Amino acid sequence: MQQYVIIGNSTAAIAAAEQIRLLDAAGKITMISDEPYHTYGRPLISYYLLGKTDAERMKYRPADFYERNRIDTVFSKRVEKIDAEKKKVVLSDGKKIAYDKLLVATGSRPFNPPMEGIESVPSKFNFMTFDDALALEKVLAPDKSVLIIGAGLIGLKCLEGIADRVREVSVVDMADRVLPSILDEYGASLVQRELEGHKTTFYLSDSVQKFSGNTAHLKSGKEIAFDILVVAVGVRPNVELVKDAGGKVGRGILTDDRQETSLKDVYAAGDCTESYDITAQTSRILALLPNAQFQGACAGTNMAGGEAHFTNAVPMNAIGFFGSHILTAGSYFGDTYVEKSGDTYKKLFYSDNKLNGFILVNKPDRAGIYTSLLRNATPLDEVDFESLKKDPALMAFSEQYRAEKLSRRV
Amino acid sequence: MKRIYVNEKWCLGCHLCEYECAFANSGLTDMVKALKGKKIHPNIRVEDHGDVHFAVNCRHCTDAVCVRSCIAGALSFDGEMVRIDQNKCVGCLTCVLVCPYGAILPDDEGHVAQKCMLCTDNFTKEPNCVRHCLNNAIVYEERD
Repeated sequence: MQQYVIIGNSTAAIAAAEQIRLLDAAGKITMISDEPYHTYGRPLISYYLLGKTDAERMKYRPADFYERNRIDTVFSKRVEKIDAEKKKVVLSDGKKIAYDKLLVATGSRPFNPPMEGIESVPSKFNFMTFDDALALEKVLAPDKSVLIIGAGLIGLKCLEGIADRVREVSVVDMADRVLPSILDEYGASLVQRELEGHKTTFYLSDSVQKFSGNTAHLKSGKEIAFDILVVAVGVRPNVELVKDAGGKVGRGILTDDRQETSLKDVYAAGDCTESYDITAQTSRILALLPNAQFQGACAGTNMAGGEAHFTNAVPMNAIGFFGSHILTAGSYFGDTYVEKSGDTYKKLFYSDNKLNGFILVNKPDRAGIYTSLLRNATPLDEVDFESLKKDPALMAFSEQYRAEKLSRRV
Repeated sequence: MKRIYVNEKWCLGCHLCEYECAFANSGLTDMVKALKGKKIHPNIRVEDHGDVHFAVNCRHCTDAVCVRSCIAGALSFDGEMVRIDQNKCVGCLTCVLVCPYGAILPDDEGHVAQKCMLCTDNFTKEPNCVRHCLNNAIVYEERD
C-alpha cells in the first residue's frame, strides 16, 4: 500500500489528494498543515470581511471531505524537514512520517521588507490567511483609519473587504498605478477612480521612509496618520523544505512538467513553485488559484501512478471591487485592439498569429473564449479574429470546431 | 448522462430557447409575469450571423475547467453534471474567465455566476429549452 504525504491543505494539496484517491482507492493519504482549519478558499478572506461569505460557506470542499476520501489530517503542525533519502518528513513536534510519494504544496508567505520604525507600530497585519482576516476584523471599527502598503491584488482586495467598516483607508505603493502586475495605466485609472469613491486615498510612486508609532513618513515628505497598518507588498514562496533537502530551486521550487522536483518521489505544486508561462515563454511563479489546481491535479495523478503533464500554464486573474469586474490573462505585448467606453475597457494583445493577453474591465461576458485561445495557443488564422476582437463568440470558430464542441460530449 | 446537444443546421435563430430558459429559472409559474417587460438573463444564448444560428449553454465538460478553477468550491460535479452553489459563490467570475464556451455568465446584478443545470434546479425538471425547441435544433440525449 502506497503512503502519500501531502504538505499543505489548500488548492494544490486538495487537487492532488482528490486525484490520488480517484486512482488509488487503497493508498494511505496524510495531509499536514500548519493551519487548524478545514480547507478553505484562501482568496475568500476578503469576501469574509466584506460579509459576502462566512466560515461555513468558505469551506473549499464539503464538511465530510477528509472522511469521505479517507484522508488522515495532521493540522496545526509544521513540517520542519524532508529527509529525501530515508523518505520521511519531520514535524515540529519531532514526529516522523514516512512517505512513498510526497507533495510539497507549501504556498507562500507575506514578504515584510525591513522598514525603519516598523517595530513602533502598535497594530500591524498581513493579509494571507483566515487567521490574518480574523485578527484584522477584531480591530476594525468605524472610527479607525487604515494604512495599506501595497496596491496589488492582496492589498486592494483587503481594501475592498474593510473600506466600508472603517473611517478611511490610505494606500501607498511604489508603482505609479494600482494593480501594476495585471493592469496598464488606463485600466488602473478606472479601478483607482472607483476605489477613491470608497473613502480611499492613494499615494502612488511613493513609499514609506519610516514609521513613528501611528504615523508613516513618506519619501515624498507627506505624512499619514493611521490606526491600523496592513503590509501587502508581496509574497515569498515557501521553498525552504525542498531547498534544504537538496532539491532544485529558482525563485520557486523547480519541477518537471509532471510536477516532480529534482528529488525523486518528491512533487511540488501551487504558489511555492514556478510554472512555464506559455504566453511569456518563461518560467515564473504564477501564484493563482486555478494554476495551483492544475498543478496539484497533475502531481496527484503522477504520484498515484498515472501519467499527466501540465504544459499550458497561463497567468489569469479575476478580481473586482464593489461590483466591478476585472478579468485579465496572458502577457501584454504585441499589437493591440482597444475599446473604451465609460467605465468599461477592453485591450487585446496579439502578435505572430497568436493572442498574447487581454485586459477586460467591466466587460466580463464570455471572456473564457479569449482565455481558451491563450491556453490552446490557437493560431489566429484558424478563427475569425476580426470578429472575435469585438465579440468573443463561437461564431468566429470553424463549423467543424463548433460541431465537435456543441454536438459531442466534451 | 443525458446532455443538451446542438444541431446547428436546424436552428432557425428564433431565440425561443432563451425565453423558455429565463422563464423556467424565474421562480415563477406565469410566463407573462416572469418575462413581460423584463430584460432576460437566460443560461442558454443563441448566436446569429447571417444564416448561421446556434444555441450555446453549459457543456457539462468531463474535465470542467470551471470546477477546477472555482476559488470558493461553489462549482462541483453532481454525478456528471456541473452544479453551481450560488450560496457559496462570491461572484469573482473566475469561471467566466476560464469557460471556453462562454457558457457561464454573471447573473443580472453581477453578484454571482449563473449556469445551466439542465433544469434540475427548477419546477420544469427537464430542459425547458429542449422541450420548446421548434425544430429539434437542441436535443437532450446520451452521446459519446
